[in-house]
Amino acid sequence: MKAIQIIKNGIIKENPTFVLMLGMCPTLATTSSAINGLSMGLATMVVLICTNVVISCLKSITPDKVRIPVFIVVIAAFVTILQMTIRAYLPAIDKALGLFIPLIVVNCIILGRAEAFASKHTPLASLFDGIGIGLGFTLALTLLGMVRELLGAGSLFGYTIISEQYNILLFVLAPGAFITLGYLIALVRKITER
Amino acid sequence: MEYLLIFISAVFVNNIVLAQFLGICPFLGVSKKIDTSLGMSAAVAFVMVLATLVTWLVQSYLLVPFHLEYLQTIAFILVIASLVQMIEIVLKKVSPTLYQALGIFLPLITTNCAVLGVAILVIQKEMSLAHSVMYALSTAIGFGLALTVFAGIREQLALNDVPKGMQGMAIVLVTAGLLSLAFMGFSGIGN
Amino acid sequence: MVLVLTGVAIIMSIVLASVNHITSEPIALQQQKALADGIKAVMQADDICVSRTDTVQQTDDSGKPQLFLVYQNELGAAVESTTNGFGGKLRVLVGFNNQGKILGYTILEHAETPGLGAKVTEWFQSGQKSSIIGLSPAKPLTVSKDGGTIDAITASTITSRAFLLAVNNAYRAYKTMSIDGETAATPQTKDKKE
Repeated sequence: MKAIQIIKNGIIKENPTFVLMLGMCPTLATTSSAINGLSMGLATMVVLICTNVVISCLKSITPDKVRIPVFIVVIAAFVTILQMTIRAYLPAIDKALGLFIPLIVVNCIILGRAEAFASKHTPLASLFDGIGIGLGFTLALTLLGMVRELLGAGSLFGYTIISEQYNILLFVLAPGAFITLGYLIALVRKITER
Repeated sequence: MEYLLIFISAVFVNNIVLAQFLGICPFLGVSKKIDTSLGMSAAVAFVMVLATLVTWLVQSYLLVPFHLEYLQTIAFILVIASLVQMIEIVLKKVSPTLYQALGIFLPLITTNCAVLGVAILVIQKEMSLAHSVMYALSTAIGFGLALTVFAGIREQLALNDVPKGMQGMAIVLVTAGLLSLAFMGFSGIGN
Repeated sequence: MVLVLTGVAIIMSIVLASVNHITSEPIALQQQKALADGIKAVMQADDICVSRTDTVQQTDDSGKPQLFLVYQNELGAAVESTTNGFGGKLRVLVGFNNQGKILGYTILEHAETPGLGAKVTEWFQSGQKSSIIGLSPAKPLTVSKDGGTIDAITASTITSRAFLLAVNNAYRAYKTMSIDGETAATPQTKDKKE
């Protein structure tokens, strides 16, 4: 029961994109299509789960003073592992996300969860927190990617839905990312307020 | 000529914030007032140029000769984090006034993805050391320009009556979108 | 304190080194496969064997040196050529048959505007209105706006010009290559053993 609550908390109450507003750079940069948003969300989720669990395991032996450097080393190591794995087995994703895979290191969500949750809870709880926040992030990125892809390129996950002449190019370009996210945040706030 | 091209491209055409989406967190976070945004820009410029210089040297003289390229991410982030700490300590001792102006922004810079992003980008683009430093400086100026202009807009925006649902981050993001649209007018200028 | 930090760093480095060891081979394979697939695609052949790879250096109109990679094979050669597009580097791989006719092309890297210049990946392919397949750039290809015969991508003349320039340059590099090859005098080329 508690596990489900932690996961739900990550998706709705503490949604990293719509509520906490963390990790904006990958959110805006990689959501030009639904599939890119989904891959970025999943990549971040994998790193988040691994770092959360490891940091939670290390919490009793880590002195407070070197806490942050230890977190950064652990996060950077997992990001590098992920980067190499993606490059070796999923080159298409590596090409689409490019620079933003190594930049997961500086995603505030991961350091933020390590500091705010994993360093205070058990490894199991941290695992569920990683899943919850990761899912929340993935959902937000996929949603943003879907809206931008549908409006800007007339397709969803690569399948054409709207004919090309009705596409509003703006939405797949840089300004479209800011504007779409702005309106989505307003919309999500309106829905959750009720 | 080449340096001018790098400069124009990094400041206007491929603006780090508005076109490449790096450093969005400080862009949205510290852009409420022009004063603070100027302080932040100066701190970022300082760290970005130094970090790019050091990481470039680390990459060329440590990682590549010893075939440790896979340690790039971890090495760079540690270099940047310790550099920020060092600047903070040195600044505190040498120039307390400057420290007072930039001090509060320094810890924030470690997680500013623009700094790490530029450090990795110059390696990926195989730039020379001089080009890298020029690129870092131009990028920082572009960051400062975007941040200051945006802060100016937000100061005006604060005086306006915004619909309830759009208040806070929503209207800020839409405004950033419009600014980004304006910067798109610069694209293709290098040709 | 120092012990923990050093310990974590050492353990993570060992993990990274082993992951690097495991993935370095697949990564190299993927890169080779991507290149081989590209060459196959532009030569319009299912099976192709690169007999020789050369690096050709030429100066462009403004006197700047440019590098071309020429992959010679039994049908002709695939040439990698780079120019500056609208948004950044435009890296093209063009296949020529022995008569210098274009067999096919593929875009290896581009930073063009999605929905506009990014259409370069399909716009000039065979079956399209402005296909360049089967043409020979002996007389340089130009867009209709510059008095040529090729229709530029809608609203993306700069991208189209950059693309055709890349193709023309590739052709020049290929031609110098074969002349040098016949006379066996290769002052500007250097062999790169595969």
